[in-house]
Amino acid sequence: MSAFVSYVVHGIAVGCGFALLASGLIIIYRVTRVVNLAQGTFAVAAAFLAATLLGAGVPHGLAELLTVLVAALLGVVAGVVTIGKPGTSPQASLIASLGLSIFGYAVEILLWGDQPRSFAGLTGSFELAGVELPKQYALIVVITLLVFGLLDAFFELTYLGKALSACASNPYAARLVGINVVGMSLCGFALGGALGGVAGVLLTPMSPVSYDTDVLFFVNGFAAAIMAGLKRPLYALGGGIGLGVAESLVAGYAKASYQSAFALLLTVVIVVVQSLRSPSARMSEE
Amino acid sequence: MNVIEVQNLIVKYGGATALDGVSLAVSPGEPVALVGANGAGKTTLLNALSAVVRPAAGQIRIRGRFAHVPEGRQLFPDLSVDDNLRLGAYRVRDRETAWIYRILPELERTRKQRAGSLSGGQQQMVAIGRGLMGQPDVMAIDEMSLGLAPIVARTLIRVLGELNRERGLAVLLVEQSARLAFSLCTRAYVLDAGRLAASGTPRELIDSGVLSDVYLGAADRVPA
Repeated sequence: MSAFVSYVVHGIAVGCGFALLASGLIIIYRVTRVVNLAQGTFAVAAAFLAATLLGAGVPHGLAELLTVLVAALLGVVAGVVTIGKPGTSPQASLIASLGLSIFGYAVEILLWGDQPRSFAGLTGSFELAGVELPKQYALIVVITLLVFGLLDAFFELTYLGKALSACASNPYAARLVGINVVGMSLCGFALGGALGGVAGVLLTPMSPVSYDTDVLFFVNGFAAAIMAGLKRPLYALGGGIGLGVAESLVAGYAKASYQSAFALLLTVVIVVVQSLRSPSARMSEE
Repeated sequence: MNVIEVQNLIVKYGGATALDGVSLAVSPGEPVALVGANGAGKTTLLNALSAVVRPAAGQIRIRGRFAHVPEGRQLFPDLSVDDNLRLGAYRVRDRETAWIYRILPELERTRKQRAGSLSGGQQQMVAIGRGLMGQPDVMAIDEMSLGLAPIVARTLIRVLGELNRERGLAVLLVEQSARLAFSLCTRAYVLDAGRLAASGTPRELIDSGVLSDVYLGAADRVPA
């Protein structure tokens, strides 16, 4: 029983990180129709930068905050590269984002080397159902809920959030009312970068990150985003946590190396089921 | 000084010419119709006015604020009616929507509703209201009556007439239904296959027979 509780809570914490990555993917996809393959790169770069800042003596809190701001800037840069040129098709942007993630490897190895890095998060533990759990898990859940609350408030209550939703919903109409769709798309990339950065600084104390961990981050973030139907960022919270718990149970009761395979398998199953349920599939049956 | 002035406008989509040397003008406070059959280039002209398509040649001058109510309403379906209206004021500071509900009272009870869940007539009202929120001097409306019950289309024409008379709003009304357009507009342009076929008052255009030529095909174009 105690092992089960431990796996579930670990899964919830990791799943929160997946949800943050997924929400970044969804925001960028909704506004630009681009699946940003460099989403994991934001998290990896954030992990390395936070480790460097903390190593240089910058206090916790400030180091993570600065890191997230830099990740948001990286998001803008990624946006300029992938969608900055007018008339770029989503397919071309997709390839550009893949190129960016590979370019990210080179930059990360150049700046930080090829060895995994980590840093200490919140120390200490707490007890739940008779099981000792790291306080970092609780921190991840609290920060994630706070971020999702802020995201929801941003989209529901602010004019900028509404304008961003308008671009996602109907870019042509958004342009007609005077909204700068490219500017809003870059704003979406900035949010995506920041969310990737938050995921990176929260997950790194749980497990060291190396330059190629972006694949793991992307696969899991994408799986959670697909579970959310690539629609509202808030739906990704359920998707991410569900995925995190399922992976944690797979790792606990089967083998840790099956986790990514499980996420990929789940993604494929959901994509196949969704495509079979789509109107075009039903029409071809008729 | 005209609020809209278009001279020798040419718009091409790849090798196809959508507009070929079109010129037109709309004076302040003037309701003008732009009529023509499907594929005549009416929507392309409005998209050129909104800078959504780039002309190959010619000049476009717009003085004052311009609003474009596009074909097919083109709302933000997941946002509420009120949010749709407020986004219409993106270029201006005043985002108060109460005056729109006074002009279009049917929308008042739907203000919190998702725009995508409204009837076609209500959606067209939101689209017009969203255009008005930009406090335009001239508003171009594309295929306003498309898919609407005649009574709804006539109600909207009445509203536009009031806005024209009371607020001096110039209107460029793009319609396939010339009869409906002429119930509001005092002057009209007729587009045919990307070219300006005629212009004048509704009476002049009806008497000249150009409308039946454009919509039904001229006798000399019918194969023997």
